[in-house]
Amino acid sequence: MGKYSAAFTKGILKENPTLRLILGTCPTLAVTTAVISGFGMGLAATFVLVCSNIVISLLRKIIPDKVRLPAFIVVIAGFTTIVQLLMKAYLPSLNELLGIYLPLIVVNCIILGRAEAFASKNSVGLAALDGLGMGVGFTAALTLMGAIRELLGNGTLCGWPENGLMPAITVFALPAGGFFVFGILIWLTNKLSTRLDKGFKPKQTIGCESCPNAATCGKGSEGGEQHGA
Amino acid sequence: MEHNLFLIVLGGLLVNNFVLSQFLGICPFLGVSKKIGPAFGMSLAVIFVMLMATAATWPIQYFLLDPNDLGYLQTIVFILIIATLVQLVEIVLKKFVPPLYKALGIYLPLITTNCAVLGVTILNINSGYNFGESMLNSLGAGLGFLLAMVMFAGVRERLEAADIPEGLKGVPSTLIAASLVSLSFLGFQGLFGL
Repeated sequence: MGKYSAAFTKGILKENPTLRLILGTCPTLAVTTAVISGFGMGLAATFVLVCSNIVISLLRKIIPDKVRLPAFIVVIAGFTTIVQLLMKAYLPSLNELLGIYLPLIVVNCIILGRAEAFASKNSVGLAALDGLGMGVGFTAALTLMGAIRELLGNGTLCGWPENGLMPAITVFALPAGGFFVFGILIWLTNKLSTRLDKGFKPKQTIGCESCPNAATCGKGSEGGEQHGA
Repeated sequence: MEHNLFLIVLGGLLVNNFVLSQFLGICPFLGVSKKIGPAFGMSLAVIFVMLMATAATWPIQYFLLDPNDLGYLQTIVFILIIATLVQLVEIVLKKFVPPLYKALGIYLPLITTNCAVLGVTILNINSGYNFGESMLNSLGAGLGFLLAMVMFAGVRERLEAADIPEGLKGVPSTLIAASLVSLSFLGFQGLFGL
């Protein structure tokens, strides 16, 4: 049973996609102006992550190696469309709030990353748990960021209380505040991790070259040196 | 709906800057911005793909998806078009324009999953732009991406030499620098009533 619980728990803390692997930065910064939108985005991405992990794991022996990335993208895009339609029908206000970032779940590198790194190599049960764990980690990080930014930027938490707990520092609700809060959170995560885990090394780089798909692209090097063919 | 063409470009470039105000294309913005040269090359590749993607997706939305009530397939169709387009552009450039391929080629594969490209094509449709306006909007967004990338690369080149507290080195300091650059773009908010 050990490997099942490990597949689930690693995404929550040890390999938290947002705070430790620093993936999926666009939604992390964009929709965390409030608790509810951060949480909503987390749930939507978790749904896509779990479903696409399951389907890709089921298809892992059928999808030819050469076209696996386009195949993964089609599966992910399919589930993203399902989330879009469900949200439009049942949670129209959240749909408004997430706007363009809902269809952009397709290009969230966490999802494609898990498909490539885990789901395409492991059995269905493990893949589902891995997706769930990563999703929970992503949702937790987004909710936390949403809470910080809503409290500081708007003075409320989940829209409560009506006239605010404290005076609003508007800049935290603005894009600049998003970068700032994320930077501070990563700094705190690094600090805590180094204290708790002797072997931990803070990530020094961000973006494409640290993306799990970098090896697939074969061109993820920062600085633009040409690799391979 | 009438749109002022000049304001569309300027809006994408400054007021609603894709990277700094709308958080689209953050991965390359933080990843490929260590030096000005690569940042410039990456941005040119993004502008190029954005224009191509818009030229391909706009007609498909209005002549294929909408008349057949297939609007809900937008996400799947657009991402597939962008992915194939990027591959196609790469092959064509490699064969026919080797100098351009040398300059942009290495950035092209990274662009497939760049949310700025998918974002601009969907936003064009959502904003109800006609074909010309869509192309201009993509151009403005691309130029805005270029501006943000090159500016931020300049900041980061300076940051390399700065004496930063140990814990903040690397990613946190990059993000905080991005926050300050984004703050400066706040000055454009409300400009031209956008």
